[in-house]
Amino acid sequence: MSSLDEELPVVAVRSVRPGRWLAAAVAALFLAWLAYTIVVSPNLHWDIVVANQFDHRILRGLWVTIALTVVSMTFGVLLGVLTAVMQLSSNVVLRAAASLYTWFFRGTPLLVQLIFWFNFALVFPQIGIGLPFGGPKLIEWQTNALITPFVAGLLGLTINEGAYMSEIVRAGINAVDPGQREAAEALGMSHAQVLRRVVLPQAMRVIIPPTGNQFISMLKTTSMVSVIAGADLLTVAQHIYLDNFEVIALLIVASVWYLLLTTIASVGQHFVEKRFNRGHDGRTRLSHRIGRNLLPFPRRERIA
Amino acid sequence: MTEPMVRIASVRKRFGALDVLKGVSLSVPERGVVCVVGPSGSGKSTLLRCVNRLETIDAGRIWVDGELIGFREQDGRLHPLPPRDLYRQRAKIGMVFQRFHLFPHRTALENVAEGPVTVRRMPRRQALALAADLLDRVGLADRSHHYPAQLSGGQQQRVAIARCLAMEPKVMLFDEPTSALDPELVQEVLAVMRDLAERGMTMIVVTHEMSFARDVGDHLVFMDDGAIVEQGVPREVLAAPRHERTRAFLGQVR
Repeated sequence: MSSLDEELPVVAVRSVRPGRWLAAAVAALFLAWLAYTIVVSPNLHWDIVVANQFDHRILRGLWVTIALTVVSMTFGVLLGVLTAVMQLSSNVVLRAAASLYTWFFRGTPLLVQLIFWFNFALVFPQIGIGLPFGGPKLIEWQTNALITPFVAGLLGLTINEGAYMSEIVRAGINAVDPGQREAAEALGMSHAQVLRRVVLPQAMRVIIPPTGNQFISMLKTTSMVSVIAGADLLTVAQHIYLDNFEVIALLIVASVWYLLLTTIASVGQHFVEKRFNRGHDGRTRLSHRIGRNLLPFPRRERIA
Repeated sequence: MTEPMVRIASVRKRFGALDVLKGVSLSVPERGVVCVVGPSGSGKSTLLRCVNRLETIDAGRIWVDGELIGFREQDGRLHPLPPRDLYRQRAKIGMVFQRFHLFPHRTALENVAEGPVTVRRMPRRQALALAADLLDRVGLADRSHHYPAQLSGGQQQRVAIARCLAMEPKVMLFDEPTSALDPELVQEVLAVMRDLAERGMTMIVVTHEMSFARDVGDHLVFMDDGAIVEQGVPREVLAAPRHERTRAFLGQVR
């Protein structure tokens, strides 16, 4: 009976799908028209775009944007981890403080927060180190001297980011099997060791993808510091077009840089995710697959 | 008479309104193998988890290697130990879990070396060499660089046992070590445990494997409803249980 099956020839004909071809043709036509319009449009001054793409002011703005993103993400993640750990602690006061923080900074617009930090001097004209509740001060600064637009932007972005990151980190920590914590505790690890060696590395798998999104989002969110003259990419572009009235051309210049940065960040995200997926992608580590026999421990025969 | 390796005295544990342990006392001599059997919900696992203080007891005392676990006794009162002492006490009590709980982001070798590096502060190179020896001992030398997800249940449990051994524990607790395994993988884990017993490891084993309890155990404890109902020489308890509840339970598992 199986021989009967083998004798039957099978020819699979691919089904024809005219709708698919039609949709593809329409989309291609539309894209071609769009590209043509953009390229030939007399209102999009491509020569101005090219002339300004590597303008030294633009490059300096680009540098500020990168610095704002990297620094505020770095501290935002640290703040997020700290807040998440506080939120998961058994200490009620710590938990309440963490909740209050996320509630407030996720509940008010970032724009408001940025403007607030920029005007911090209106609330606290001087900042000092000393005893709280009106005690004597050891050292004191003028707030206006400390809070430059860059510092205000950094404060606003970092503190806002920390609030969002804490939720992401909390979800990641909660996703780790409670048995992992117990197994680590049973080995005699301290609370901090359990967190650092066992829980956080596994939580990373869950934390990394949304953090990558946050990073990419942050690259563009930094443009909000333009409202406080933050000297970032968009601020600089604005300054230039206020001089030469080439609004669209300079927005294109800025957008090209934003696109380039987000593209690089996406590629980086891919590799970081791969790194933290260790043990879950069904493969041994590359170095071990290549050099298993070069390890300091000789392979032994099984005994049991 | 020498001091027992583990002494559990009138231990009580309550979860909310539920009395899980209603005054349990048990002694395990050095090199002894005590098997604990009983229906689910009888408090067997909770008892084990109290010994390394994954659960805090509500009353009673537990000593391991002559040291009171989790508390310090002063002026007739028990004071909870600071975390540092707790970690030190746990480090000398190994625990093997039903569901293995290997660290999925680390290879078998790294899993075994984790305790020595992190807790015992052993140099990494030395810890890895120790881990390689222990994996060899449980028959998994050729799986050192596999991640847990690439190992069978039986292999994972053997790595988990090696991970415990790396801490050079005074006593090992087994919480239904073969219950999550496919039937054909049970024997390889039991063989490793039998080898441990023969080498003189002090063990408390919560299990449903009656043949293991009979052949390897020195002492059998039957628990039901948060209390020890019957205990004695495994062969005798299994062959001629004195208590009605023991008879009913053994009738079901056979």
